[in-house]
Amino acid sequence: MVPKASFGSYYGRPVVKASPWQADIPAYLFLGGLAGGSSLLAAGADLTGRPGLRRSCRVTALGALGVSFAALVHDLGRPARFHHMLRVAKFTSPMSVGTWILTAYGPLAALAALSEARDQLPRPLRTGLVGRALPGAGSAAGVLAGVLAPALASYTAVLLADTATPSWHDARHHLPFVFVGSAAAAAGGLGMVNAPLRESGPAQRLAVAGSVLDLAASHHMESSIGLSAEPMRQGRAGAYRRAAQALTAAGALLAAFGARRSRAAAVLSGAALAAGSACTRFAIFHAGQQSATDPRYTVQPQRERLDAGRPVRFEGPAEPA
Amino acid sequence: MTSFANRLFGPLDPATEAGYLDPPTRKGFFTDTSVCIGCKACEVACKEWNAVPEDGISLTGMSYDNSVGLGASTWRHVAFIEQPSGAREHPGEESASFRWLMESDVCKHCTHAACLDVCPTGALMRSEFGTVVVQNDVCNGCGYCVPACPYGVIERREGPKDEPAVGLAQKCTLCYDRLKGDLEPACAKACPTQSIQFGDLDELRVRAKGRVDQLVEAGVSDAQLYGHDPRDGVGGAGAFFLLLDRPEVYGLPPDPVVTTKALPQMWRQAALAAATLLVGSLAAFVERRNR
Repeated sequence: MVPKASFGSYYGRPVVKASPWQADIPAYLFLGGLAGGSSLLAAGADLTGRPGLRRSCRVTALGALGVSFAALVHDLGRPARFHHMLRVAKFTSPMSVGTWILTAYGPLAALAALSEARDQLPRPLRTGLVGRALPGAGSAAGVLAGVLAPALASYTAVLLADTATPSWHDARHHLPFVFVGSAAAAAGGLGMVNAPLRESGPAQRLAVAGSVLDLAASHHMESSIGLSAEPMRQGRAGAYRRAAQALTAAGALLAAFGARRSRAAAVLSGAALAAGSACTRFAIFHAGQQSATDPRYTVQPQRERLDAGRPVRFEGPAEPA
Repeated sequence: MTSFANRLFGPLDPATEAGYLDPPTRKGFFTDTSVCIGCKACEVACKEWNAVPEDGISLTGMSYDNSVGLGASTWRHVAFIEQPSGAREHPGEESASFRWLMESDVCKHCTHAACLDVCPTGALMRSEFGTVVVQNDVCNGCGYCVPACPYGVIERREGPKDEPAVGLAQKCTLCYDRLKGDLEPACAKACPTQSIQFGDLDELRVRAKGRVDQLVEAGVSDAQLYGHDPRDGVGGAGAFFLLLDRPEVYGLPPDPVVTTKALPQMWRQAALAAATLLVGSLAAFVERRNR
């Protein structure tokens, strides 16, 4: 007789549905983190007198923000209705919270970046009121963008975790730390690529620290979420994960030991770190999609807690007080 | 007055919580699979009434089930399971070596509905009947509700852009329009065996308890209610079931939990991570003096 399977299913069909999201969303997870990390670096560079780092990070933030916006609109089933996101503000919807973070952050990051174009303005504008107000306004906007940036870099973890997708929901404790680490690694990396060597110290330190946090939090996540870690090692998710680990570790080592001495090493390690960060996001994204497609990841943990006599039940008073 | 207790988890009257001042009694379905004959009249009636388009015409090899599962264009779905069994299907029958399980599945209209919680546009709303309904003119097809549903019910409709509701999240409305006109939902109306029963949820729960007790007493020991308990992971389903086997056999999650139950915990972790990033970024600018 065939031994009883550890879980049952209906013709092997999925129980939960995978998100309908395409590459737009993992790309946004990466770019949103990059924008946030870059705004933090730009604000710090502005306050500590590093104009080269400030300029390049502000431009990176605006570029990442622009592509993010395009990706987020493109991903919608009805792109022309993107502004319906602004109808409500809902704490229970991380996507709504994110919409408002972006709505506040976007114009600030854009103003900070545009203020860098002051010298390219035609002479009458440059010497007029606009030209004279621009640097100060850019600094204020840049610092405010930097204050909002950590929220932009971390809320996307809740965006994924607040679902019934097993590998995302079960990673809810660790994912925000993976994401901010990944954001710091990417922003520090591109900061090293674009800033002059004498100003890239903070970018290098942020990149190394971010990489360590990303790798450590990812490792901790995979060793503590049981069955839901399995999809992270398989298929496309596994391939992205291996690439992410290799790129992040190599980039961080090079950043730690070579990037302050040689421009070539800074560029190479920065590029590796940015690519590693993107791979981390695609790995997590595909792990969730894979975990939703196989009913085992949904059914087995639920069946195990039922059989152990520990179903999820409300224990409080019968009627709300 | 609206109570703010149990807003994310636990027993609650969803219409009151949503802000309706004097809502009608909560409506729901009790689907008794022990009397389902697999006629699919519910699937057809649902499609006819709600003008739900064709959902793929192919033979799946999954017994008599060719609509596969709930989705954007399948709002009632009849599952067919051909099961080798020594158990009696009905009281008084000879013990058979084989039994049919048939179950008409539908949106659960959860007390704590994850799809509604995560919807960023307000397109998903709570009706005065306590049901969960998509407003087609508001939804922008972000797709967030799709992975949020612990039952895999709601789905974004794909297809040619000029066809109705393509790109929008779609699911059972519990025939919101018929309810407003004091009519029962189309599937319940069409069901010839009263496997699908519509009514006040409180009354249906009492009726279901009587039915399952009757079946167990008659020797159908696996008969069980599913989704009836207001203390369960979704605060009790507005559409609940009497099953003759484990939920997962029918493609249902055995112990579903609304994802937003963990929301405070998730935001706390995100805030900690954001603080870590902020402090780390500041620290990156600290230079050693002797450099």
